[in-house]
Amino acid sequence: MFDDKKMREIEECRKRWEDGPLAKTINRFPEMKEEFKTLSGTPVDRTYTPEHIADMDYARDLGFPGEFPFTRGAQPTMYRGRLWTMRQYAGFGSAEESNQRYKYLLEQGQTGLSVAFDLPTQIGYDSDEPISAGEVGKVGVAIDSVRDVATLFDDIPLDKVSTSMTINAPAAILLAMYIAVGEQGGHGPGALSGTIQNDILKEYVARGTYIFPPEPSMRLITDIFAYCSEKMPSFNTISISGYHMREAGCTAAQEVGFTLANAIAYVDAAVQAGLEVDAFAPRLSFFFAAQSDLLEEVAKFRAARRLWARIMRERYGASDKSARLRFHTQTAGCTLTAQQPDNNIVRVTLQALAAVLGGTQSLHTNSRDEALALPTEDSVRIALRTQQIIAHESGVAETVDPLAGSFYVERMTDQVEEAAREYIRAVDERGGAPAAIEDGYIQRQIQESAYDHQKAVESNERVVVGVNRHRTEEKPDWEILRVDPAIEQRQREKLEKLRATRDNARVETTLEDLSKASAGEDNLMPVILEAVRAEATLGEITGAMRSVFGEYTAPIVL
Amino acid sequence: MRTAERDKMVEDIRAARPAGLARAISLIEDEAEGAGGLLEALHPHTGGAHVVGITGPPGSGKSTLTDRIVKHLRARGSTVGVIAVDPTSPFSGGALLGDRTRMADLATDKGVFIRSMGTRGSLGGLSRAVYGTIKVLEATEKDYVIVETVGVGQSEVDIARVADTVVVVFVPGLGDDVQAIKAGITEIGDLLVVNKADLPGASRIESTLESTLNLAPPRVEPAPKILTTSAERDEGVVDLIDMIVEHLALAKTTGLLACRRRMRAKAEITAILTRDIAKRTEISLSEPGADWYERLQDGRTTPGALAATIWRKLVIEEYEGVEDENSREASPGDRRGEHRRSHEDLL
Amino acid sequence: MSEGRIRVLIAKPGLDGHDRGAKVLARAMRDAGFEVIYSGLRQTPEQIVSAAVQEDVDVIGLSILSGAHNHLFPRILELLEEADAEDILVIAGGVIPEEDIAGLEDLGVSRVFTPGTSTSDAIDFIRERIGA
Repeated sequence: MFDDKKMREIEECRKRWEDGPLAKTINRFPEMKEEFKTLSGTPVDRTYTPEHIADMDYARDLGFPGEFPFTRGAQPTMYRGRLWTMRQYAGFGSAEESNQRYKYLLEQGQTGLSVAFDLPTQIGYDSDEPISAGEVGKVGVAIDSVRDVATLFDDIPLDKVSTSMTINAPAAILLAMYIAVGEQGGHGPGALSGTIQNDILKEYVARGTYIFPPEPSMRLITDIFAYCSEKMPSFNTISISGYHMREAGCTAAQEVGFTLANAIAYVDAAVQAGLEVDAFAPRLSFFFAAQSDLLEEVAKFRAARRLWARIMRERYGASDKSARLRFHTQTAGCTLTAQQPDNNIVRVTLQALAAVLGGTQSLHTNSRDEALALPTEDSVRIALRTQQIIAHESGVAETVDPLAGSFYVERMTDQVEEAAREYIRAVDERGGAPAAIEDGYIQRQIQESAYDHQKAVESNERVVVGVNRHRTEEKPDWEILRVDPAIEQRQREKLEKLRATRDNARVETTLEDLSKASAGEDNLMPVILEAVRAEATLGEITGAMRSVFGEYTAPIVL
Repeated sequence: MRTAERDKMVEDIRAARPAGLARAISLIEDEAEGAGGLLEALHPHTGGAHVVGITGPPGSGKSTLTDRIVKHLRARGSTVGVIAVDPTSPFSGGALLGDRTRMADLATDKGVFIRSMGTRGSLGGLSRAVYGTIKVLEATEKDYVIVETVGVGQSEVDIARVADTVVVVFVPGLGDDVQAIKAGITEIGDLLVVNKADLPGASRIESTLESTLNLAPPRVEPAPKILTTSAERDEGVVDLIDMIVEHLALAKTTGLLACRRRMRAKAEITAILTRDIAKRTEISLSEPGADWYERLQDGRTTPGALAATIWRKLVIEEYEGVEDENSREASPGDRRGEHRRSHEDLL
Repeated sequence: MSEGRIRVLIAKPGLDGHDRGAKVLARAMRDAGFEVIYSGLRQTPEQIVSAAVQEDVDVIGLSILSGAHNHLFPRILELLEEADAEDILVIAGGVIPEEDIAGLEDLGVSRVFTPGTSTSDAIDFIRERIGA
């Protein structure tokens, strides 16, 4: 960036400052700590200068927004053209209740939907199975059949609203249900836009809602890639997620490294299944956490974009369109404290700011009361307002990548990229992400970081306001959202009615077809869609595949 | 422990009541008072199970393999006890025991009893705990007792060695497999299993094992057999079980089983004596006011004489009331009897 | 000779897969000298109680974030009683609303730890109750 002569001048300048004013100050007022570190533990220097980024080449490393390597943004005009999608993850209880909440959010100015499913749905069980007892409708909406999905989106124009669905192991089934409901409303699959999470590898690592072993799971994912590349050009077929690994305790660089390592595994699998990279890669999307270390997080998002672009070009010779990383962000749930819940509003604000400064395409802001229970409507509104204030009042959306050129942020961007590359190399050495997960490497790395963080908090080395410093004694009388326990019974009744009114012979046939297809090699999407149209339940469809694919048992990683 | 309490415990164990059984194992593991007497009382009911040792490096899939083996044995109508040993942290003395996660759905099977155990690491303590637990499980009339250990430390290997049948698990891709083979871990195995056989490198391990065996000096016992499994896919597990069963049958006819059981009994007796001697030595030499060192310095006594004194005290205090094989009618008491600690400085 | 060591079963009842807290606590307990048996995910009350009994643990630590505690905990406590193992100390952690805590304590849960609790609080609590 600078010529040698200028660099020498800067060096001289720095030395004069260090020996003079700095030494004098430190002598009289020592710094508070020996070593300063980012949240992820990277040492932080006192101040950053051009010396820290001496090797940077603007055109090569930064370029312009919307151009390779996309460090400065995925799109040339960014928020000047269109604000990020404000997308609050929501869903609880029954499809009826969730439908109400979605309409409320849309009325409040939210621009996209994000569906949370309950755990039985995420693991492929119907609400009336014994294992589902107590879990129905708890962490998201309970879905048993296409009828529930129709209720969920009742009166919502599916051709206009984009819908993100946090669904992984049974992603193909929920996608099929969404397609079927679109059809009922007169919209073909091509008219639908949105995202399915569909990222099974991070389920094995951190989130735990897996069903099938890796091989059939990867096949389902590539089947979706293939199907959508043909029929659903504006649907994101996967949201490769670092969020849950970060929540499980990993560092910023690990989040980028392990997420991209998983992404590489998906691309490899699809290429191996015979797909052209540029046919499916432009529809890959990503999902990261926004933690509290504002500047480190901004650097992380920029590093992730640059590294993915380089990987796609280096490894696959992919087009720039395929190399462009687009991502959704959620503020870090694990930073929310049950103590002094209103403090969480401030945390969320800082984290959301990091996501926007880092160039996110869509954003979920957590609600202040989520360490206590599901968020109330009031809390969700404040969380949404937080985004709107950043968008309209803070001024950060007026220019693209405003922190570019900050010596610190650029240096940190380099460091995150470099460290993430190391993690990817380590994963490659173990034979790629699925093998590194099976032998527990990724889980161990995450757990080490999580444990280190916990020890740092407990030793007060890391301050968490309201928890290990600035505590108050009073217990807030907090109003929380309760899921009506009767929902389980209502779902059961709906299932009974469904089984009594549908064409059961047709269900049988489609399920048999699905079992057969599962044992073969054809794309499963059309077969699943047939079963969904016949009103087979989620549990029945999953069951047909379970009988062929078997179930995954997680390796012990402690 | 009073006789009545012990009898109740024996009854619980014989009836395989989980809570009583589990407490008995804790008693033995903690070497608590009464443990010795309990084992003496259980002794007549032991020896009936086929004890299978499974050892291998971390990540070799031992627990999954154990899980599959147990399921197949259950399908054949056999009952099974599992002792899963994991290392204790040398720093804190605590341990993380995670093998059960692989066997979660066996937890509610009444024909299976699983117990996790940390190595704890006192002198021979692990061996004593494992021998004792095997006995307890045998007394519940389990058909099989599987002892699963991490094949890294000497004590774990020692434990595997005293099983009736020893399975050593290898796996491709851990990098240290070839070293383990060279380090002679092949010598303790009756069955050498290459698990995760679907991974690349499996056939290389298999051929390394074969050539190692070919080069090994001849041994009295039959040469170990090599086989491949994929526990995750449940492949080769039935063959492995057949070979385990076959191994025992053969061992019975060739006298190998008697030899192994003799080794186990010998190790058990040695373990009891080692502990008791160490304990008595510690008590005797660290009693307050003990002046043995001064007397040693003055030449009034010798190390040998001191050892003889400790030995006599051991016999008098530690084994008082324990029937030795010559006594026929003494009442069966706690093997270690009531400790009458003399405060008088005998040394 | 070796003292009886504190044995703890850390269990994840229900279907939620968030095990960061459970695993961090398990490690902290290991470092505090406890023997910790980790159950793995998606454990039914039957599996948890059976494991606790077989392992003769002093403590069961239940970690749950899915909100199904009011359904699952009573069943676990009931099964413990049936198994003649109600002397086992039961503690819980996770996303559990304040207003549910009293009810769970009435049922026999000794202490509920909410997010933000330090691992040493849980460890100290156990030491105090088990007295080792």
